[in-house]
Order: sequence, then C-alpha cells, then structure tokens
Amino acid sequence: MFNKLATSGVLCKEELSKLPGVPSPERLKKGAVAVIECAELIPCNPCETACPKGAIQVGEDINNLPVLDEAKCTGCGLCISACPGLAIFVIDLTFSETEALLQIPHEFLPLPGKGEIVNCLDREGKFISPGKIIRVVNPKSYDRTPVISVAVPKELAQDIRAIEVKER
Amino acid sequence: MRIKKHPILGELEPGRIVKVEIDDKPVDAFEGEPIAGALIANGINVFRYTKKHKQPRGIFCAIGLCTDCIMMVDGVAVRTCVTGVREGMKITTMYKT
Amino acid sequence: MKEYELAIVGAGPAGLSAAAEATKAGVREVVVIDEQVKPGGQLIKQTHKFFGGTEHKARMRGIDIASQLARECSSLELRLNTVVWGIFDHTLWLYSNGEVEELESKKILLATGAMENPLAFPGWTLPGVMGAGALQTVVNVWRVLPARKVLMVGSGNIGLIVSYQLMQAGMKVVAVVEALPRIGGYRVHASKVARLGIPILTSHTLKEAKGNNKVEVATVCRVDSNYQPIPGTEQDFETDIICIATGLSPLTELARMSGCEFMYIPELGGHIPVRDENMELTVPGIYVAGDIAGIEEASTAMVQGAIVGLAVAESLGYLSKQKFEQLKQAKLKSQEIFEKGRFESRRVARQKLQERVKSV
Repeated sequence: MFNKLATSGVLCKEELSKLPGVPSPERLKKGAVAVIECAELIPCNPCETACPKGAIQVGEDINNLPVLDEAKCTGCGLCISACPGLAIFVIDLTFSETEALLQIPHEFLPLPGKGEIVNCLDREGKFISPGKIIRVVNPKSYDRTPVISVAVPKELAQDIRAIEVKER
Repeated sequence: MRIKKHPILGELEPGRIVKVEIDDKPVDAFEGEPIAGALIANGINVFRYTKKHKQPRGIFCAIGLCTDCIMMVDGVAVRTCVTGVREGMKITTMYKT
Repeated sequence: MKEYELAIVGAGPAGLSAAAEATKAGVREVVVIDEQVKPGGQLIKQTHKFFGGTEHKARMRGIDIASQLARECSSLELRLNTVVWGIFDHTLWLYSNGEVEELESKKILLATGAMENPLAFPGWTLPGVMGAGALQTVVNVWRVLPARKVLMVGSGNIGLIVSYQLMQAGMKVVAVVEALPRIGGYRVHASKVARLGIPILTSHTLKEAKGNNKVEVATVCRVDSNYQPIPGTEQDFETDIICIATGLSPLTELARMSGCEFMYIPELGGHIPVRDENMELTVPGIYVAGDIAGIEEASTAMVQGAIVGLAVAESLGYLSKQKFEQLKQAKLKSQEIFEKGRFESRRVARQKLQERVKSV
C-alpha cells in the first residue's frame, strides 16, 4: 500500500513530524524558523548551499534528506527560493497574539501587493482562510521565485502552503 | 492567444509583424516564429484533414517528428512546427474539402 | 570536400557539452547540426530550477543552462534549420532550405534525443490530443495558448512539471491521471501540483476522448490491480486539451543506419544502441550521448556529451590517454549520485550494457 504522499502528493501530519527538516513545536514557539517539507531521497542539495548559517545539512550523499539545525536557523528565508522543489517555508508563530507570519514561494502572476487580502490554500489546494500580505520579496538573487510573507491564523500555520490572488 | 506576461519568461518581446495567408484569409504573424505557432495564436488548431475520411488533425509532437502539422506552404508540403514564418507566405490546409 | 574532425548531430545539452569539451581539449574542426531554429534541445522549454548538486547546475533554470551552453559554443560552427537525413559510413547527408549537402567527419556524435510516446484510446486522433512536451513547447517556446483547459495523462516528472508550468502560463489543469497505484515523479513536484488544487488520480486511466472534431470531454475511469478499467467508475472532465506524458523513446534512426548493434533495455526506454564506457558504438568512430543513449536526465546528457568530447580528443591525439581517463572518471563520478535509490534501475541498465559490450 502506498502512503498519502505517494498517491496524492499531499504530506499528512504524521509524515511531516517525522521529517528531519521540520522543527520541533518548542522551536516553532520561539520565532521564525524554516520548515523543509522534503520527504523523498532524491539527489539535490541547493538548500544546504544557500543557508548562510549552516543550519541545513545534506552531506556528501546528496540523496540524503536535509536535516535542519533548529538552533542555528534564524528563519531568514534564503533557502525558500533556493529549493528547486519549492518545498521550504518559514513560519513565525510569534508574529502576533492571533496570527503567524508565513513565508512561501509564489511563482505566479499577478503578484499580490502589500496589504492585499488573498485566499490561503492547504496542501490539497483547498481554501481554508483569508490572509493578509505583509511583504513580497523578489530580488534578482531569487531568480524569479518571489517569496510572499502572509499573515494567517496561528492555528493554520502548519496547514497553509499556497496563496491564490483573488479575481480583480 | 499570445502569452504577453509570464512569471518566469517575462514580457513577450514583440517581433516584426508580417502578413501571411491561411486558406486565403490574411492573418498577422511574427516573422520567424513557427508557422504552427502563428496559426494557434490566431485561433487555428486544425492543421490538416485526412485524405480518405476527412478527419481533422491537430499538432501532436510540436518538434518536427510526427508530421501531424504538415501544410502546403507556397506549394510545398512543410512541417509547420519547425518552419519559420516569412512575409507573404500562402498556407493551405490539405484535404480541407 | 572538407573533412571535419567531429560532427555532432543535435544541439541539445549532450551535443553542446560534447562540442565545448572537445574544443577545450584541442579538437579544431567541429560542427554542430540541428533541425530546430535555435540550439538547446529540450532545455529551451524547461522553465523550472534543476535538482542535483552544484556540478549538475542545480538551482539553475533549464532555459538558462541552454543559454549558458550556447554561449560556451558561440565560436563554433553551428548549422541550424538543418536536417541530417542519412549517415553512410563517415558521411552525413544534410538538408536545409531546399539544398542537399554531404558532410564528412572523422568522428560523429549522434545526440538526437528522444520523442514522446503516443497513447492509443478512442478519440486519440482528435485535435487537442498532444504530447505534454508538445504543449510545453507551444506555451514556453512559442508563447501561445491554444486553449484554457487541459487534462494530463501521466504523473512522471514530465507530467507533473508540465502541469505546474501550464498553470503558470494561465491554463487550468483539470486533473492528472496515473494508471499506476502511486505517483511516478518526484514527491515535491506532486506537492506543488496538489496545492494548486489539481487532483492527482492514481489507479486511473483515460478511457476515451470525445468531441465534435476536437477534444471536448475526457472520460477517465478507475483501474484494477491488472490495470483493467473498472466499469461504472467513469468520470467525465470537460477539457480542450489532453496531454500525454507516458514516457519517451530514443530517436535512433541514424544509429540504425550506421549498422551498430542494438539492445532492448526497458529501464532506459526501449531499443538502445550498444555503447562502451566512452559512449562509442560497435561501429568505430560513431558515438551517442543524451536521450538517444537511454532516457535519463539533462545532467546525464551533459556528462555523456562531455565524455564523448574527451574521448574524441584522445582518439584524435589531442589528449593523452592518462589525462583522458582522469577527466572521464571525474565526470562519471559526478553521475553516480543519479544511480541510487529511485534511480537504481539505471545502474542495472548500465551493467547490462557493459556485459553486452564485453561479449560483442
């Protein structure tokens, strides 16, 4: 039998918590940190090369899953645009009392603007909440992978993985 | 329809617009683009009909291997997916009627 | 007639890498021939960032790797819009713009790539049924949209990557259909597609395409463990295009004409020309690299092309045997990482080829 990821492309919570690239609940409470949703052994290591703090380890065998050193990670988000699989996100649960700040890659047009309300989707592409765009970062060094910072309800921070710009 | 803006490819750079004829109807095309691309941009998705049963065929491989896109261009049968547009080309659909 | 030292058929990643490496090693008379209007092969439509390590050009978009390779070969003789329609001994026959021409070369590299496999089903000839790579070409290279909706058949990397790219271009992928009970491609590609709301239907097949002289409806149904359609599970999808992403087959016509030995290796896509560690065929002086040698990756194509460039340089006396072996082993080492885990079958395939070469 194949797991949900193998039959639908959707990572479920139990699978997620076992990944070496996913930080602990304790670390998440402390502030911005990367969440690397890389669950398959494939030859790939740009995340390791991109991290300025050395917080991501893949090693000599680049088939290895990336391991996150949650103490070293500052949640800077440079790894987000480096990942060819667009599988890295940054979550800051300390953004506000009720909201988390979620940084996600978004390679679509139109890009939303600061302050815009967008539709937030889960890993199945289902709409689960509106979100407010706090920042859009798209420097040349990201090579056309803009990173969007969106404020979302705190309890949905581990579910929202895409945004949809509303019909204008 | 032309893709004018694309998140990775950027803005479409306009080329030199030329006029060609498809089954006697004039259409605009970019000079040098594949004939098949110009036709698709003008809403044409049928490139030929089969000789015996007059069934329509559209593109299949788009890189010059399958021959489903062959049309008569200035009297010569060409693979329109790998042949560039030149001003004044007269393109006809084979076995249309 | 001028005799070239190396004639390369195909200006894709394999051909261009061979040209660059051969020239760097000292080979002088090199010509690269391609029937397309611009060089780069399949790279020119790959808008996504590549995987692998730094030496495999990871994080670079395919389109930029194509530009980089073309720049490295900018001083070389490049014949575009030119078909190589025949190979007789060490003479190539070319056709371009109404003119036929002969070209002689001491060494020849066939780097002609692969073609998409068709899939037969009722309605498969309707306008709107096309290869996934075909629609990718139309959208990413020609930059035109033939229609709005598309159904993708096949969940290997091509099916998944192209689905994502079609959404980027403004199309709507209504579903990805996969006959196997699991997704074929990288899980991260599948996740990118799933979070756009595109359903990935494993253990499903395309039963029929219907429409009035064009695709209008795709009927999809579940399959059992023997891949037989289960009656009563039909589901109709309204769509304009059906993309077929069910594998590639090497384009080996010129290799066949050369008279070399072939071997059937399903792990590499079918009938493959038998070649040694230097990518040389059983007909001396003729080499293969890239998808013609077996369906793998762009990085494989570049490594194989580079090995041919080095092998040709050594064979023509520009490179010492020792230096050649050293450089070749370094290239081969960089590819080992692509023959583990899910790619184990490639190592098996390579072993089969090695055994065959020893016996020939």
